[in-house]
Amino acid sequence: MSMSASASPGIVIIGAGQAASQAVVSLRAEGFEGAITLIGDEAEPPYQRPPLSKKFLAGEIGFDRVELKPAEFYANAHCTLMLGTRVTAIDAKAKTVTTGDGHVIAYTKLLIATGSRVREINVPGFDLKGVHYLRSVGDVHEIQSHFKAGARMVIVGGGYIGLEVAAVAKKNGLDVTVLETANRVLARVVDPIVSRFYERVHAAAGVNICTDVTVVGFEGDADHNVTGVNAGDGKIFPCDFVVVGIGILPNAELAEMAGIEVSNGIVVDECTRTSDPDIFAAGDCTNHPNGVFDRRLRLESVQNAIEQGKTAAAAMTGKDKPYNQVPWFWSDQYDLKLQIAGLSQGYTQAVTRGNPDTDNNFAVFYLKDGVLIAVDAVNRPPEFMMSKMLIAQHAKLDPARLADETINMKEVAKA
Amino acid sequence: MTKVTFIEHSGKEHTLDVADGLTLMEAATKALIPGIDADCGGACACATCMVFVPEDWAGKLADKDPMEDTMLDFCEHSAENSRLACQIKVSPALEGIRVTMPESQH
Ligand SMILES: Cc1cc2nc3c(=O)[nH]c(=O)nc-3n(C[C@H](O)[C@H](O)[C@H](O)COP(=O)(O)OP(=O)(O)OC[C@H]3O[C@@H](n4cnc5c(N)ncnc54)[C@H](O)[C@@H]3O)c2cc1C
Ligand code: FES
Repeated sequence: MSMSASASPGIVIIGAGQAASQAVVSLRAEGFEGAITLIGDEAEPPYQRPPLSKKFLAGEIGFDRVELKPAEFYANAHCTLMLGTRVTAIDAKAKTVTTGDGHVIAYTKLLIATGSRVREINVPGFDLKGVHYLRSVGDVHEIQSHFKAGARMVIVGGGYIGLEVAAVAKKNGLDVTVLETANRVLARVVDPIVSRFYERVHAAAGVNICTDVTVVGFEGDADHNVTGVNAGDGKIFPCDFVVVGIGILPNAELAEMAGIEVSNGIVVDECTRTSDPDIFAAGDCTNHPNGVFDRRLRLESVQNAIEQGKTAAAAMTGKDKPYNQVPWFWSDQYDLKLQIAGLSQGYTQAVTRGNPDTDNNFAVFYLKDGVLIAVDAVNRPPEFMMSKMLIAQHAKLDPARLADETINMKEVAKA
Repeated sequence: MTKVTFIEHSGKEHTLDVADGLTLMEAATKALIPGIDADCGGACACATCMVFVPEDWAGKLADKDPMEDTMLDFCEHSAENSRLACQIKVSPALEGIRVTMPESQH
């Protein structure tokens, strides 16, 4: 690649994660030859987060298999990496960003790919030693330092991350309790059928799952180490450490301070353009339109980060490649792979294929007025793969055929 | 190190020396070989790392597990000799293997 010195400052990317890394790859693939500067506040080059609650937490793979691209890649792509560097302000008029150490860096086009951060729990004792969150490689190392057989761990929040951590911890012989404020795990995202299934699986593995439990505080000892989780009414869960997984918040403040439109995430169009013509945003931090579901979404998924990274690279080089896909996601717990496609919100009927009470594989289809809008498939790739296509087509399906295991998934859409 | 060749749909070849133990998918994405997307990073969840393995090599690879098999069954461009590259571990037994990528992974 020839890198002619030019007066134009080039493309600056804030945040060095999944979306940013994809954008660098795609910018070069789109033929962009100008300067790219990637500024990230973590010490590591861009890496994948899904393994942090799965194989990396379990110690099955090292960081070399979690990072997205080897270090040479950025050098070869003539991309300047500024790691351990936080951007503290964007000046949209002057077209510059300011870093925590006082550098002012000019941009021609700016991509905000700041991701999201964990929602913190705001109860007494929140700052005790041994109360952890899980978002970064550093968090994993801290959590692993407590991974000794028999150690008592309390997980606050029965979402995907909490349950994945529970599965890994159980395999390591820890004593695991999950506290969930709703009346079932995964309440925000799946039908009760799927919640019950995961409650059964975790209970069988020896995880103590407690629903309808709201944490009101943490107890500590004289050394400021957490010793218990207070669930109110005098109920204390003694523990050696805690992992809190109660959701995330989009990192949209930088954009907001710069006068860019923000509303539950940075508001972008289908080509990742923000309200400023030279500023784009991609990944967890965005609020974007989805044509399949005909509404705005804020998603927390690898697919979203990758696809918006590609779209942003195209848009920054003057091409429209609208991002418009059926959202999908996965979660690994024990030997179970959950694959989710679509969005089940507002479903009017849930149809089960297989037997979640006895088997470790089944699927739940979500229909809205007969149209397939989402699927949760546990160890059922055919149901997942086929549904992804059918959701995009707004297929109206016969619930009886969906439930009928004798009908191949390739045939369910046939009348 | 094991020598592996990836052939793009256009016919363009890329030969790499790959550290044993990595998957074919990891080898390709780290080397930025176009034609393998690998959106899920090897979790066998996305089926965007499909490759075609010539018949004489198929027998030297570990068998597909049911998860991989059914994912492939529902891939748009899959054929009898398709595999998910993230499920194939590189070892000296694969020295010289040549795999081909589909026209697109989506
Ligand atoms: C434990 C865990 C498990 C997950 N599992 C799955 C899964 O199984 N499947 C799935 O699809 N998704 C999963 N996700 C979600 C997925 O990882 C995210 O959706 C994805 O990483 C989003 O990419 P991104 O580029 O938007 O943000 P990130 O990858 O988070 O990157 C954003 C980066 O920007 C940095 N940053 C923020 N502000 C600034 C600033 N002002 N200056 C400089 N840098 C800044 C951040 O520190 C971060 O490094 C998981 C997430 C976690 C935490
Ligand atoms: S990388 Fe996703 S299935 Fe292989």
